[in-house]
Amino acid sequence: MSFLEYAPAPESTAILNLKSEYGLFLDGEFVDGSGEVFDTISPATEEVIARIAQADASDVDRAVAAARRAYERTWSRMSGSDRGKYLFRIARLVQERSRELAVAESLDNGKPIRETRDVDVPLVAAWFFYYAGWADKLEYAGAGPNPRSLGVAAQVVPWNFPLLMLAWKIAPALAAGNTVVIKPAETTSLTAMLFAEILQQAELPAGVVNIVTGPGATGQALVTHDDVNKVAFTGSTGVGRMIARQVAGTNKKLTLELGGKAANIVFDDAAIDQAVEGIVNGIFFNQGHVCCAGSRLLVQENIHDEVVDKLKYRLSTLRLGDPLDKNTDIGAINSAAQLERIRTLSDTGESEGAERWQLDCTIPEKGFWFRPTIFTRVSAAHTIAREEIFGPVLSVLTFRTPDEAIAKANNTPYGLSAGIWTEKASRMLAVADRLRAGVVWANTFNKFDPASPFGGYKESGYGREGGRQGLAAYLESAGWEAPAAIMASAASATTTAAGGRKKTTKKAVAK
Amino acid sequence: MSRVTVPKTYKLYIGGKFPRSESGRTYEVTTQAGEFVANAALASRKDARDAVVAARAAVTGWAGATAYNRGQVIYRIAELLEGRRAQFVDEISRTEGVTTAAASAQVDAAIDVWVWYAGWADKYAQIAGNGNPVSGPYFNLSVPEPTGVVAAIAPQARVGTSLLGLAAVVAPIIVSGNTVVVVPNTGAPLSAISLAEVLATSDVPGGVINVLTGSPAEMAPWLASHADVNALDLAGAGDIDWVELQLSAAETLKRVLAPVAGVPAPALERITAFTETKTVWHTKSML
Repeated sequence: MSFLEYAPAPESTAILNLKSEYGLFLDGEFVDGSGEVFDTISPATEEVIARIAQADASDVDRAVAAARRAYERTWSRMSGSDRGKYLFRIARLVQERSRELAVAESLDNGKPIRETRDVDVPLVAAWFFYYAGWADKLEYAGAGPNPRSLGVAAQVVPWNFPLLMLAWKIAPALAAGNTVVIKPAETTSLTAMLFAEILQQAELPAGVVNIVTGPGATGQALVTHDDVNKVAFTGSTGVGRMIARQVAGTNKKLTLELGGKAANIVFDDAAIDQAVEGIVNGIFFNQGHVCCAGSRLLVQENIHDEVVDKLKYRLSTLRLGDPLDKNTDIGAINSAAQLERIRTLSDTGESEGAERWQLDCTIPEKGFWFRPTIFTRVSAAHTIAREEIFGPVLSVLTFRTPDEAIAKANNTPYGLSAGIWTEKASRMLAVADRLRAGVVWANTFNKFDPASPFGGYKESGYGREGGRQGLAAYLESAGWEAPAAIMASAASATTTAAGGRKKTTKKAVAK
Repeated sequence: MSRVTVPKTYKLYIGGKFPRSESGRTYEVTTQAGEFVANAALASRKDARDAVVAARAAVTGWAGATAYNRGQVIYRIAELLEGRRAQFVDEISRTEGVTTAAASAQVDAAIDVWVWYAGWADKYAQIAGNGNPVSGPYFNLSVPEPTGVVAAIAPQARVGTSLLGLAAVVAPIIVSGNTVVVVPNTGAPLSAISLAEVLATSDVPGGVINVLTGSPAEMAPWLASHADVNALDLAGAGDIDWVELQLSAAETLKRVLAPVAGVPAPALERITAFTETKTVWHTKSML
């Protein structure tokens, strides 16, 4: 069954001028890494695109030292207005090279060119443009009086939005006056390398941004480095938990943007066709490799069949295939390892009793692919309703009352995002109030803007990226200078309280 | 043998076009020593009224553009100024009688003012607006919006303000989505008209910025009393009867910024002065 036959319309890779091998970007120059060079492949063809340097602990040392030097000698002394001008330059260069970046990203990550071209790369430029304007307005950011930068920021980004996540990290860090050592994900380093070229074109002072490529061990060396003042990580909750442990006991400021298992709640008074579009966008955007993906569809019981039927029909119009084809909706899964995880979890879903439906489409012979999948008859106890699959797999659950919807939506250790579909705004607002999630989309889904804070509750991490809050994550304040009298009385109050506590403890023991 | 140069005709800038004054009048722009430099159009009451019509027509599109878009458009003004700085340095040093270094410094400062305000386009609402924790089951959000058409008198000091003063007055007015009718520096109006040429070739829609060279004393009363002008920036009106202008503005309850000495310092308050705060309430239902 095919919706419409389309002639192939591949975006040309002629726009790319890739090197066969990329080094680390340290102190403004490309240099060799000390670790073993590794291949970055196209997940759609499994062909090698380029070879990437691997940074070991000594390279990370050098990168942090370069960032420290740049921080002390250049960046922290530069006026906010000048820092802003560099960020504006970067924004403009990203805009000028946008198609090239989009093609490289699709090639390296496997996501459709339609998304890199229309979502990822425009947002990258927007992010730099937005934070460029903040660089000389820090005192307005609401981070407290006399805001100042933290120092060297260690940043680790994931493979699902390689360049966009890099922009989310670098733009606010630089605007606030920090310098950066950033590690792209192992499978998606390519656009970070093109970005390094952009930094050279922008004449950003050497050492302000350093890029170290490599596996998880490189990232670990970076976040545990003694001379970093800030750690920012986007990735899995498991790794986030490990980083939180490693940072414990240090003065490093930490922000984490981790996994999610978002509920997308559809009430029976929703505009069903729009809701179906939103559900599709919510879980099949970027092959479902989205931490805030609407992976749990909570649909009111009386419209379950209608919604699922429409959903299946809509899915049958999606085209899976060559990420560089402009008609492609669903691209390749980023890696063999991720594909395996999606397969395993989907099989578990079936064995636990959920009903699997998959899009009947041709799968290319090479590369990593997974058919868009819907599970119905899913209960809250099923593994596929609890664990983040990070793939094009939707679990459909039902509810009868708003209270039940809210209880089910919040029944997860995650709390990154949620969706609400209803034409009744008073209900939408009341439900939004009770959802434990950092971003709530109403009658829309997966919307991102540099002006809008993004981040999670609970085990989806802490800290926000975007907006004023995203800037505050890279600032500290001298704080309010309390008058001496208040400090004195506070000190005596503490003494009293401590004494009182002691007494109570004794009493408790005596009992 | 030296080439005979082709001097530029300096006209008004209204609705994205460059008309002469409908009155047919011009006035002489001279150096500080009194030597003739050019004739500038001497705008009339009718020109001012035409400019208000053009400005009003441009409000919907400009205020309706995304903040990100307005920010980029304003940033582009800075980019184009940077590319044509030599022309501005020349005009400023001729008309203000300052050194090339001083004129360069003014152009640099003007560019930086445009950049500073460009950055505010998608941020000022995050500072000036807020969610309100009202006592009751209500969503309550306050958001600033542009007030509409603003008439402005740019700083008039003969030295150091002709391009910088214009930027410092116009940028904060338009950044939120207002449109403006501005009377630039009367004695040194050339850089204002050249700026209008920059605007015409940038992405600023016609009618968003309208430039009327001429006499503030002649035009300001008509702008102050005009019922379709929402606000008045009297930054450069210190030497004319500005109290009378405020009285006149009171008739239509225009928002008014008082005169300042020299060039107004870049400030968030200059943006918010020309905005209205809208608060939206919405019930939250019982569940």
